[in-house]
Amino acid sequence: MKMKKPKLCIAVTGLNAIDSPGPGVAVIRALRESRDFEVSIIGLSYDSLEPGIYMHDMVHKTYRIPLPSSGIKVLMDRIVEIHKKEKLDLIIPNFDAELFNFINLTTPLEKLGIRTFLPTIQQFEERHKSNLSEYGVKYKIKVPRSKLIFIDSEIASLSEEFSYPLVVKGKFYDAYIAYSEEQAQSYFSKLSARWGLPVIIQEFVKGAEVNVTAIGDGKGKTIGAVPMRKQYITDKGKAWAGISIDDKKLLSIAEKLIQNTKWRGGVELEMIKSANGEYYLLEVNPRFPAWVYLAVGCGQNHPEALVKMAMGQRVKPYTKYQVGKMFVRYAWDMIVDLKEFEKISTQGEL
Amino acid sequence: MTLRIIEKELVAGMTLKLKKNLALSDSGFVFNPSSGDAYSTNPIGLEIIRYLKEGLDKDKIKALIIKKYNVEQVAFERDFSDFINTLRHLKLNDEDEEA
Repeated sequence: MKMKKPKLCIAVTGLNAIDSPGPGVAVIRALRESRDFEVSIIGLSYDSLEPGIYMHDMVHKTYRIPLPSSGIKVLMDRIVEIHKKEKLDLIIPNFDAELFNFINLTTPLEKLGIRTFLPTIQQFEERHKSNLSEYGVKYKIKVPRSKLIFIDSEIASLSEEFSYPLVVKGKFYDAYIAYSEEQAQSYFSKLSARWGLPVIIQEFVKGAEVNVTAIGDGKGKTIGAVPMRKQYITDKGKAWAGISIDDKKLLSIAEKLIQNTKWRGGVELEMIKSANGEYYLLEVNPRFPAWVYLAVGCGQNHPEALVKMAMGQRVKPYTKYQVGKMFVRYAWDMIVDLKEFEKISTQGEL
Repeated sequence: MTLRIIEKELVAGMTLKLKKNLALSDSGFVFNPSSGDAYSTNPIGLEIIRYLKEGLDKDKIKALIIKKYNVEQVAFERDFSDFINTLRHLKLNDEDEEA
């Protein structure tokens, strides 16, 4: 007799799909392919134009939630309201900027019966771009030399410490390669206006961009990890096509980091492999990447594993994945009725 | 003053150890699973890569190619040397290569 799969109500954020796409839709796609449970997906959006809102075959219902800057209490009140209607089992936040709030809400959410599976505040804080140099020293990983700058007048003296090109990075998102002082000035203004201060100046390391999507159990064990080489990179530095690779050294770096930090939840490591085979850590993103569905395509369903761990189940680590599987991203124009846009914009739900 | 890049010659009796996990297809598509890079080669290139994967040394490959394609020895030496250097340049060889 066939056992009926349990049905879980899971709320997911990151439904956006602009040129720097959110991971939400990819996470949902992975969850819907679970062999062990069925899902009812509740989208949580910040903007009426997040495409996931209108993907009704992926997202059952979407609610707008307050921007992270509104604070923890406002977010909690909104979640309570949504929970009354939907009886959420779990929330999977997918934006760096909202994670601080969700991590702080872990206990109150749990009291309501809503699970999460997130890194701790310490894990989250110490991997910030602005702390990356210390992070590299602490966990014995090479990181490109970097400096935090707070005023544009510091840019003129950068040539004493760095050679051009160099990388100018925003506090939360976005990075540009500056080939001259003028470009660095312009990127500083752009990034500080958008993401605040400091702006990070980083040594430019030439090489292949390789990333790992992984999940840690919070006790030091890697439950799954798939390395990917970016094949097509947009001007935002995002992979629009990528391929899974057989890179044992890269996997070992990821596993060691998860072991040493006791990382809990999804994580993406962004690295550069230089021409002489050295690996430099560029970023640690504290959530699944937008390309996480490639891991599913390679035989490792990381979002499914996260849900199981959040629900208190023991999960056996994945030991293999298919090498040479590619993802090629596509942008799709959905036709949306104005009524739907009106509903999410005025009533905050659809 | 000129700067000259000196490529390592594969001398008689030596072979080039290719990466063990290098994937080849009959169409001449070569995939390096370690880097994710893919290349295409012509049928003779594919044949030579297959010989190298089997562990054949330069002399044996030379004998087989000259016999099969009736190519002059000088032409073989030049093209083979170029091809080996290309494989090295693309990092398709094992680190501790020559045996």
